Amino acid sequence: MSKEYETVIGLEVHVELATKTKIFCSCSTAFGGAINAHTCPVCTGMPGSLPVLNKQVVEYAMAVGLATNCEITRYCKFDRKNYFYPDNPQNYQISQLYLPICRNGGIEIETEKGGKKTVGIHEIHMEEDAGKLVHDEDGDVSVVDFNRSGVPLIEIVSEPDMRSPEEVIAYLDKLRLMIQYLGASDCKLQEGSMRADVNLSVREAGAKEFGTRTEMKNLNSFRAIARAIENETNRQIDLIESGEKVIQETRRWDDSKAYSYAMRSKEDAQDYRYFPDPDLVPVSISDEWIESVRAKQPELPTEKLARYQSEYGLPEYDAQILTGTKKFADIFEAATEICKKPKKVSNWLMVETIRLLKENAMDAEDIRFSPGNLAKLIDLTDNGTVNSTVAKEVFEAVFKEDIDPEKYVEEKGLKTVHDAGALRETVETVMKNNPKSVEDYKNGKEKAIGFLVGQTMKAMKGKANPEMVNEILKKLLSK
Amino acid sequence: MSLTSLTAKELGIKIKEKEISVKEAVNDTLDAIEKKEGKVNSFVTVADRDALLKKAEKVQKKIGEGTLDGPLAGVPIAIKDNICTKGLLTTCSSKILEGFVPTYTAEAVKNLEDAGAIVIGKTNMDEFAMGSTTETSAYGATKNPWNLGHVPGGSSGGSCSGVAAEECICALGSDTGGSIRQPSAFCGVTGIKPTYGTVSRYGLIAYGSSLDQIGPVAKDVTDCALILETISSYDKKDSTSMKREDLDFTSALKDDVKGMKIGIPKDYFGEGLDREVSEAVKGAAKVLEEKGAVLEEFDLGLVEYAIPAYYVIACAEASSNLARFDGVKYGYRAKQYEGLHNMYKKSRSEGFGTEVKRRIMLGSFVLSSGYYDAYYLKALRTKALIKREFDKAFSKYDVILGPAAPSTAPKLGSSLDDPMKMYLGDIYTVSVNLAGLPGISLPCGMDGEGLPIGLQLIGDCFKEKDIIQAAYTYECTREYRHSPLSDVYQG
Repeated sequence: MSKEYETVIGLEVHVELATKTKIFCSCSTAFGGAINAHTCPVCTGMPGSLPVLNKQVVEYAMAVGLATNCEITRYCKFDRKNYFYPDNPQNYQISQLYLPICRNGGIEIETEKGGKKTVGIHEIHMEEDAGKLVHDEDGDVSVVDFNRSGVPLIEIVSEPDMRSPEEVIAYLDKLRLMIQYLGASDCKLQEGSMRADVNLSVREAGAKEFGTRTEMKNLNSFRAIARAIENETNRQIDLIESGEKVIQETRRWDDSKAYSYAMRSKEDAQDYRYFPDPDLVPVSISDEWIESVRAKQPELPTEKLARYQSEYGLPEYDAQILTGTKKFADIFEAATEICKKPKKVSNWLMVETIRLLKENAMDAEDIRFSPGNLAKLIDLTDNGTVNSTVAKEVFEAVFKEDIDPEKYVEEKGLKTVHDAGALRETVETVMKNNPKSVEDYKNGKEKAIGFLVGQTMKAMKGKANPEMVNEILKKLLSK
Repeated sequence: MSLTSLTAKELGIKIKEKEISVKEAVNDTLDAIEKKEGKVNSFVTVADRDALLKKAEKVQKKIGEGTLDGPLAGVPIAIKDNICTKGLLTTCSSKILEGFVPTYTAEAVKNLEDAGAIVIGKTNMDEFAMGSTTETSAYGATKNPWNLGHVPGGSSGGSCSGVAAEECICALGSDTGGSIRQPSAFCGVTGIKPTYGTVSRYGLIAYGSSLDQIGPVAKDVTDCALILETISSYDKKDSTSMKREDLDFTSALKDDVKGMKIGIPKDYFGEGLDREVSEAVKGAAKVLEEKGAVLEEFDLGLVEYAIPAYYVIACAEASSNLARFDGVKYGYRAKQYEGLHNMYKKSRSEGFGTEVKRRIMLGSFVLSSGYYDAYYLKALRTKALIKREFDKAFSKYDVILGPAAPSTAPKLGSSLDDPMKMYLGDIYTVSVNLAGLPGISLPCGMDGEGLPIGLQLIGDCFKEKDIIQAAYTYECTREYRHSPLSDVYQG
């Protein structure tokens, strides 16, 4: 390749909002449920039914807009996007084209070179999700399930400000974390509560004009996004190098084949005949409303990162990992509040919790234990009720079943034995059974004591206070 | 004489005084429909007699217990077929809604039923309320009870002919561009189109959502006020519904217009208006003047832009509103098709009539990219300017008076060949919808052929009481004329 190319990327991110009810009716947004269990005349497009806006949707959209430094549109409207498809019961989607709720924002990301840059946010708009087609494998029948129809979404449209897969992932990560902190969505890519479409073009380094872009769909993980970007960049460069033209089109990514194919070109693009939905009145957003949403904004990741270092004295590395997942930050703060030992809480999360998550192929979101039980376990370890080995065992039970450590230790008889008499007896037995090691120690092989401690701990089923064992051993061996 | 010759108020009183039972009222109405339906075709669906009699029994019991004591308790009423009624076929007079039985009842109908009124059946209309003659119905044209060779007007033709023929005492219609007022005028009955947002649209199958309103059709102003008072309510299910404290419309039934300022737009009496209609309407104005009203002619302005603006906006909204009728979920589906898109195409091509297809195409066109600004946005701006013209007028006048339609009812079959001419017939009614105003149409005379002429009174937003009072005062000066199909026809 003789020339240098630059990749230009913009993202359209769809986020499913965490409201209890749908955007235009009072049906539940709960996942699962029998086909069409969560439906009513409104979300199934019955004749004569009318949409009524869920205020919480507006508040979540505003919250995300404020967190991403957007301007809030004081007078915003909903528009109808007209197209025919059976998962769309009215054959129009209620969305926002002309006056979206948020505009002209941006968030700062860290680039792979360690620098910082701002990715602009063109707009955020509110819209409804569609239903789902269920195809009968045997027959020639398809069933429409409208349970997802009317589930609220926001679409966050970035400016074409990203230049590499790393920047895209950094942007998505930041956005996801921010939205999770706001409680506006759980943002799970695999489950589709966060979906990203990638708009990508390439141009010769230094060129002023953008190249022709394509839009990539069906990206279900960060890994797929990164792979698709690389693949599409190369595909476009190959086209240009071989003297062909990039066609403006929508492509679908197949991650299993690491390959994308064209879905529709711009020529086939539909005319959606957008116009303001006459069934909905414009939304007027007052200063007071914006301020009340702003006042409810929780502490966001960047602010937390700074506070964990200044208030709790955590190293930056710890603070980054803890604030990098909302669940961790939540558990950290709650457990620290109870036991007042931030560094210890941090250690349990960063070492044992992450280990168990990996072992069980779980996400932090799947954590079920209560911060109170972690705090209790820390106290039990600190006051010597259990030793560190037993503590790890107890923590596994906390992690798996959220047991109460105090009761568990009591019931299982896991308390550390501090009774010097009992310990001495055991140590004597161990020494008797391992004369070789005793001999070695006496001959100056100090390491041999470790083996004897281990044997004693084993005999005590791990419940001995290791320091006491050490002490007693040393005393007896020096005789 | 049939009970259907009474007014709703009169029947309500007789029921309350136990002179007539609810069952008798229901049976009498059903008998009248059976007897006359072959001639007029006002109904698409008549409810089952046994089911109605069971309902009548329940209502009777509640009246006896005193839990239902409103003026409409026990009164049968007909509902236009574009208003959803749970368990009762609702077709919008279209083949595409063949067999569609709603799972819920429209808010306006629910309000009526809560007041003890009994839904007797669903009235014929122009398909999806698109038309001015009730000839575009997939279930056959409705006839004018005054002359069966003429149309009843439309689109609420079945509601108006049903009341005029005295098949039913009163009915609900809907009005997007004159669909209550024009057929009321043609059939010699009274109808009100309320201020936009007064009656919930929940359950009204939309034609032009920003213009549609449900309203009453009856023999007189009193019944209309009574019914309007009953169906009006703030409804959280309709985002365009208004919270109003002044829904006691019957309080405006006063025989008094002393000092009332009535504006007469010169533009409403120009070219295209029948001489006989003009004279009758002017005669009505004179009567009001004699009763103490102050008349003044004025220039309304922008009148010629109302029809194009109306058709652009109504058709644009309709093209999207009617997209849901696709053969997937309910109603008609083509018998033979290959694949999804062919199913859509065939179901819609076969299910919709010519006029509906014309308006869907027109609406799709004006919303298309490249035309949106030139047509749709321009029409919205025109709408705003028309509203301003009315605001100016209402700063001077309490009520605007004019004809409801440029002519009396045309002959059957004479309108559909020339849609432009038919559209121009809406000249006096559409601006009321564009501006969201209330309007009433009531009889004010007959032409030489014995067809009724309608007087239209227009009020400012939320000023239904002004037009009700003026209309009532005028009505007090004359007798109600029963149509030839009535059992008390006066000749």
